[in-house]
Amino acid sequence: MAKINFKLNEEFVEIDTDLNRRLLDVLRDDFSLTGVKEGCGEGECGACAVLLDHRIINSCSTPLANVIGKEVMTIEGFSKTKRYETIKEAFAEAGGVQCGFCTPGMIIATESLLNKNPHPTDFEIKIGLSGNLCRCTGYNLIVEAVKEAIKRGEGLW
Amino acid sequence: MVNAYVPKTLEDCLKLLNEFDLKIVAGGTDVLIQNRAPSQLAIGYKKDVCYILQIEELKKIYEDDQYIYIGSAVSLEEIMDSMIVPEILRNTILEMASPAIRHTATLAGNIANASPAGDSLVTLYLLDAEIEIRSMNNLRRMKVSDFITGVRKIELAKDELISKIIIPKFEFDQAYFKKVGPRLSDAISKVAFAGAYIVEGKKIKDFRVSFGAVNVTVVRADELEQKIISRTVKDIKKMKETIVSWYEKAINPIDDQRSNKAYRKVVALNLLREFIENLNL
Ligand SMILES: Cc1cc2nc3c(=O)[nH]c(=O)nc-3n(C[C@H](O)[C@H](O)[C@H](O)COP(=O)(O)OP(=O)(O)OC[C@H]3O[C@@H](n4cnc5c(N)ncnc54)[C@H](O)[C@@H]3O)c2cc1C
Ligand code: FES
Ligand code: FES
Repeated sequence: MAKINFKLNEEFVEIDTDLNRRLLDVLRDDFSLTGVKEGCGEGECGACAVLLDHRIINSCSTPLANVIGKEVMTIEGFSKTKRYETIKEAFAEAGGVQCGFCTPGMIIATESLLNKNPHPTDFEIKIGLSGNLCRCTGYNLIVEAVKEAIKRGEGLW
Repeated sequence: MVNAYVPKTLEDCLKLLNEFDLKIVAGGTDVLIQNRAPSQLAIGYKKDVCYILQIEELKKIYEDDQYIYIGSAVSLEEIMDSMIVPEILRNTILEMASPAIRHTATLAGNIANASPAGDSLVTLYLLDAEIEIRSMNNLRRMKVSDFITGVRKIELAKDELISKIIIPKFEFDQAYFKKVGPRLSDAISKVAFAGAYIVEGKKIKDFRVSFGAVNVTVVRADELEQKIISRTVKDIKKMKETIVSWYEKAINPIDDQRSNKAYRKVVALNLLREFIENLNL
């Protein structure tokens, strides 16, 4: 057990717990952030994706010890931003959402990509989303959704 | 309960490794999956853990006249984005896993994991990369190809840590990495290939190829390379099938659920054929 600090959805938090827990479990069980989903639990699907210092990571394959002093943003925190609104509308418009299970992870992946590279090529978009599985839409619709977000969000990234 | 140590300095880390028997964890992308526990329970480590990603001294990339030095806590993504890192290594990393994994995983982790399918190893063998290893009382340096001795077998004592990856600077005429696997990314490779050469006055001055996932460790055959060097490009192209047959003996595909032996051998040798066909004067 150890007391540690990190920034979670724009607020400084302190938690006294086992550092050998997965970030995924801490977010869901201790902070009730259930937008973070467990899919495969093995780093393959992206359902558990969050932003760590603005870059996408899989919370299922990240030990809590690795976020000490850093900035974690989940879909709940990100949903308060203009960028989120833009990506969400673009996904709806382009038909990038069906069952929705993958959507929080896809949105996190889109933000991580655009934050680093505001004008990605189609290939770069595919690479940016390559860690996120979607069983419903086929990836083309999601690539279209990202392109739509880029168009609507000109200047946001 | 399993203890977690999170040293902030290299000195503290080496002291801890000297005193206790600890599992080193960097990004954790291999270790967490290998020690997976039921959801909601702590990670199923078999011994106490030393997390190294908070150590600033291990987070630098720098160079001198001869070498590029990559700290063992630098993420794959930072390596990929660094302009001083050789392009072939940056391209190799681009083909490893996904952005989410690359943001936390490390090159030292890929090396120490010593998987036959470790992609970076193919390129690190090709580049004659070395590692720096530290313990409280010692500092040593060795080639990655000597460090890895088998499947998940490495030359690392309990009190030691990989502190840096060291890459010799070399100007090749061409150098590339290619991976043949099931999905664009995120796929543990079926077969990986890296090749590089230098031509001087129509003659081959340097020729290197390495293969991943075809044997327990990466295959790079110095004696075969020596037989090729100093011949003309024209001769090499003419004796392509002879060279392929030499390598056929050196490659010995392991059989596992991912792919069958024959398929992997064919793919590996075709990657070699393509490399030879594309040699340029
Ligand atoms: C979904 C997914 C996809 C993947 N795709 C690929 C792929 O395409 N290609 C590929 O090659 N790999 C792939 N991997 C495997 C993995 O991501 C890589 O091997 C990665 O580089 C490991 O780095 P890490 O920092 O996460 O290592 P960790 O998991 O932290 O450690 C791995 C091993 O190295 C040891 N170690 C780590 N750092 C040090 C150090 N400084 N000194 C001594 N020992 C150390 C640890 O004790 C452990 O045994 C994938 C993994 C996942 C989950
Ligand atoms: S649950 Fe984390 S990647 Fe699938
Ligand atoms: S919308 Fe159902 S998994 Fe992507």
